[in-house]
Amino acid sequence: MSIKNYDELNPIHIDVLKELGNIGSGNAATAISSMLGKEVEMTVPAVSVLDYTKAIDFLGGPENIVAGMLVRITGDIEGMIMFILQEPFANAILKTFFEHEDIDMMALGENESSAIREIGNIMAASYVNALSQIGGRMINISVPSLTVDMLGAIMSVPAIEFGAVSDQVLFIDGTFILDNQSIKSNMILIPEINSLTSLLSSLGVDI
Amino acid sequence: MSKTVTVGISDLSIVRAPDILVTYALGSCVGICLYDKIVKVAGLAHIMLPSSQVSSEETLNRMKYADTAIVDLVKRMSIFGAQQGRITAKIAGGAQMFAANSAIYNIGQRNINAVVEILQGLAIPIIARDTGKNYGRTVYFHANTGEVQVKSAAEGIKTI
Repeated sequence: MSIKNYDELNPIHIDVLKELGNIGSGNAATAISSMLGKEVEMTVPAVSVLDYTKAIDFLGGPENIVAGMLVRITGDIEGMIMFILQEPFANAILKTFFEHEDIDMMALGENESSAIREIGNIMAASYVNALSQIGGRMINISVPSLTVDMLGAIMSVPAIEFGAVSDQVLFIDGTFILDNQSIKSNMILIPEINSLTSLLSSLGVDI
Repeated sequence: MSKTVTVGISDLSIVRAPDILVTYALGSCVGICLYDKIVKVAGLAHIMLPSSQVSSEETLNRMKYADTAIVDLVKRMSIFGAQQGRITAKIAGGAQMFAANSAIYNIGQRNINAVVEILQGLAIPIIARDTGKNYGRTVYFHANTGEVQVKSAAEGIKTI
């Protein structure tokens, strides 16, 4: 039997993806720590398969203003990674760098945008390295593209790209702990389904 | 008292005056607002993709694609007393949310092109539009007046 849709993933498949998410998050926490020069921890992420609309509701509704970063993955696994940075996360990061007051997300300067984009780069590389480490896959990532706008509008991009096949995404919900403050970080992973099944079978998982 | 009806992604809905239709945060999707001012019937479709021909879904969601959604919307509006010959259209959305580095990122423009072509085929005139560019839009469509308010984080509210 082959998997055609994300909702056909069973609990074992989800556990494998969760473990990949866990390793990726560990990598990301280490990398972000060294970027910011302070300790950053990350909790075990929750991995779920969600409809776009559910994911949008979970992240604060379609009109919530967020920073969205889109990274394309190519190679042995094809697809997209979308990071959603909510305002508190962006603020915490930017404060560490630039030591200024709360910023207006809609009016990021060039320096602020670069810093946020760099976080996206680190996150993408961390997760992709986890895939390479465990799955022995060759994966390339694109430079992240950053947009600050309504969440629903940002999410329309991956929704459309894969919309002809499925309305579901792999949703990774993690929490960073920075300066004793918990900060939500969300990642939406949209692997092309054939890539996902080949990854799972290369890990020895029955599909 | 008017009530407000929300139209989701890949969804459509029809109301009579004085009700209001709203669809949130159109990115590269397109909102198609059809109006018959004689009977004050308003219909709104929020489409994601240009053509149902590309679908490999197990069950086709006709509301997701411009070609099937617009035809269905016009058909259903006639049940509410609208006549195709009187219907006019206002469209919004079809933005390019991320800087272009691949053809697929122009899906917003492809959606707009498909919508324009389908409306032309049905002889429904487009009397106003707020499309393209690079930001998200929420659309409020008032069945009382046929007015469409377009709200964005970047530009505030404008009426088309």
